Amino acid sequence: MNVIDILLWGVLPYVVMLTLVGGLIWRYKYDQFGWTTRSSQLYESRLLRIASPLFHFGILAVLAGHIMGLVIPKSWTEAVGMSEHAYHFLALSIGSVAGVGTLVGLVLLIVRRRLTGPVFMATTNNDKFMYVMLVGALLAGLATTVLSVFDPSTVDYRETVSPWFRSLWILQPDVGAMAAASTSFHVHVLWGMALFAVWPFTRLVHAFTAPLHYLFRPYIVYRSRGDSPRAGSVDIRRGWEPIGTQDRAGSRRRTRPPREHSGSTRAK
Amino acid sequence: MRVMSQVAMVMTLDKCIGCHTCSVTCKQAWTNRAGTEYVWFNNVETRPGQGYPRRYEDQDRWKGGWELNKRGNLKLKSGGRLKKLAQLFASPVQPELKDYYEPWTYDYENLVNAPASDDFPVARPKSLITGKDTKIEWSANWDDDLGGATEMGHLDPVVEKLRKDANDRIKFEFEQTFMFYLPRLCEHCLNPSCMASCPSGAIYKRTEDGIVLVDQDRCRGWRQCITGCPYKKIYYNHKSGKAEKCTFCYPRIEVGIPTVCAETCVGRMRYIGIFLYDADKVTQAAATPNEQDLYEAQLDLMLDPNDPEVIEAARRDGIPEDWLDAARKSPVYALAKTLRVALPLHPEYRTMPMVWYVPPLSPIVDLLKEQGHDGEDPENLFGAIESLRIPVEYLAELFTAGDTELITDVLRKLAAMRAYMRDITLGDEPDESIAEAVGMTGAQIKQMYRLMAIAKYDERYVIPAAHVEDAHNLEEIGCSLDVDGGPGMGQTGVFGEASGRPAPVAVENFAALKARQRGEDPTGNDQLAGRVNLLNWDGNGTPSGLFPARIGQGSEAGEDAASLAATSSNPGSRPDQGTAGADGAR
Repeated sequence: MNVIDILLWGVLPYVVMLTLVGGLIWRYKYDQFGWTTRSSQLYESRLLRIASPLFHFGILAVLAGHIMGLVIPKSWTEAVGMSEHAYHFLALSIGSVAGVGTLVGLVLLIVRRRLTGPVFMATTNNDKFMYVMLVGALLAGLATTVLSVFDPSTVDYRETVSPWFRSLWILQPDVGAMAAASTSFHVHVLWGMALFAVWPFTRLVHAFTAPLHYLFRPYIVYRSRGDSPRAGSVDIRRGWEPIGTQDRAGSRRRTRPPREHSGSTRAK
Repeated sequence: MRVMSQVAMVMTLDKCIGCHTCSVTCKQAWTNRAGTEYVWFNNVETRPGQGYPRRYEDQDRWKGGWELNKRGNLKLKSGGRLKKLAQLFASPVQPELKDYYEPWTYDYENLVNAPASDDFPVARPKSLITGKDTKIEWSANWDDDLGGATEMGHLDPVVEKLRKDANDRIKFEFEQTFMFYLPRLCEHCLNPSCMASCPSGAIYKRTEDGIVLVDQDRCRGWRQCITGCPYKKIYYNHKSGKAEKCTFCYPRIEVGIPTVCAETCVGRMRYIGIFLYDADKVTQAAATPNEQDLYEAQLDLMLDPNDPEVIEAARRDGIPEDWLDAARKSPVYALAKTLRVALPLHPEYRTMPMVWYVPPLSPIVDLLKEQGHDGEDPENLFGAIESLRIPVEYLAELFTAGDTELITDVLRKLAAMRAYMRDITLGDEPDESIAEAVGMTGAQIKQMYRLMAIAKYDERYVIPAAHVEDAHNLEEIGCSLDVDGGPGMGQTGVFGEASGRPAPVAVENFAALKARQRGEDPTGNDQLAGRVNLLNWDGNGTPSGLFPARIGQGSEAGEDAASLAATSSNPGSRPDQGTAGADGAR
């Protein structure tokens, strides 16, 4: 365990976390207008309709795989009777399908971006940088997968990377465990950390506003004119007012007592 | 009952001459920015025609608006919440740029910079999207005035439907027989499906005036709203990555002046006023089982501002007195509910649109005239409305979900107004039987005539300003001294010129426009207190202070002559630098 190891696996992760969280907070506070998917579907949609879901669903599967591999300790899966071999077979098969799907989707997206005139025109330097980061992290990840199968010298990541990852969250980084991992893991983890560090400053931020609350909000959104924030300030807004337009009026036919609730309209 | 107010518009289509002034002024005001080149918040379509974007009314393809599910509940036509989230990564039915059109400009520079040659230099069309040479093949009003109707008329979704219904009996003769213009803007619906489609919840309806807006800070560019809106009146700004839509010129409405499209309408065909409606019943009304009953259901939502019960409820719900007053004088309420001549566009989309249309009688009158008949004779007109099925059916598909009886009633009212008022104009006794034939009284016909033919600015636009208590909530913060004639008006505080807080632009524009529209002096000199706002000056008259006074003229002549002498003695300064301030820079 030398100084470089401590810096890379003991200090850098926290710097990255701070950059990610701080960057997200900063951007959310000061760049709401820039916080968007910057969709290019208006220009081209035939290829996008194949490539974009492939990439996005792929990367969600990859995310799930990472959570599984990093968060769940080896002892737990062994406790439920899953053999080392079975686990790795499962992880590798599902993981490589997701990884390759993501990569194919991403490559298609990049090809589309380069070959469709308007989409290429709308590509910023920031976008290009982001694509390099994404492709790099993805390739490094796939490489670790391939190497872990064909290179017998690879150390099991569930005994090195995963314990280190979990140790980060209790603020006692297990630098030794990570240092013991194979080089391919080192590269992948470093690239991954770089990706997370630049995340808040690219269009990738849209992932952090995945609209899951759409499932729970009312269809019709009323908002008072008075709620609009003044220049230079950010008000805390609920975002809608509970006005009696129930989505399913046909079956519910609910009538509320008038004026009982707080979401009233005009100046008070 | 929960009473809310809604700013709404009525357009009398007979008066639209298809000049596109509304579209152009709107574009200049709102969408002349990068990313919105292809966007027209207001556009004018020739019907029959495909519209903009092409064939937007074909909801089998575009999946806009609402439908009822098996249990009779409202459901977005493009799918429920889970389905929408699952389709987030590539919206399956979003129109592409080619469905709108590829915006372009011309390479004018080449006209000046081209090297000398035997050929005239040309200004090639350049795409505003790619910057490359482009071929102009479509635009927002490509089929203007039935352009290309013989070849492409069948692509109008309404024509398609009528033909299907009539087993292809309708041949293309009817494109030659009738035509009218349909200006369209955001409908500011009571039950907007764009809002319901927005995963982020960024689109909202203002409780005070019902204007539907996109919160630009909360929009994340998921672009589901574009699919959701059946009118395709919400657009994706491809530079900012955010949705944009007609704002009903809310900064103008807030200070009591009409939208840009209405203000600049050459035919004076637009009316703006407010409705009071029952917000609690909207969803229920939009879920009316039979599509043809949706019009009545929508009318039922509009509350009678003279009904004491409504007034009491409105006061309880915080609607200010001047808004109640405006609701009673509302031209849109009169046209839509009292006279029942204004109809919503495509009520079958179940969005409860708040831009209403008085359907055009002119296709029928024109036909009668072409055939050599008297187009104002009640017998001829009533007969023609009954017999000219195709225009009537076409209008019914647009405005009444196919209910020809309802559209016939409205057209008969318009015909009755022509016939009834002709007698009065010719000095004859008005024939009350004409009014009775359409279930109206002579007084009602006169009211309708007054409203549709001669209503002045104040009658066409009854817009209560955003309330005084709310002033601090306005986009621009108002000054408490900005009362009429108060020191805040005209940007002059108590310590003389330019002292005090600067007046918000909206307030200054409002004062200037009000002076021009309503004052004696078209330049509004008295209200502007001698100040000139070049942004407002349209060349009309000579506002004082804009030009130096002629020598030997008026009471200020002595001072002005002295200043002129001073400037002319100084060759470095120009005499047109103004005399507005006594301490002007010289």
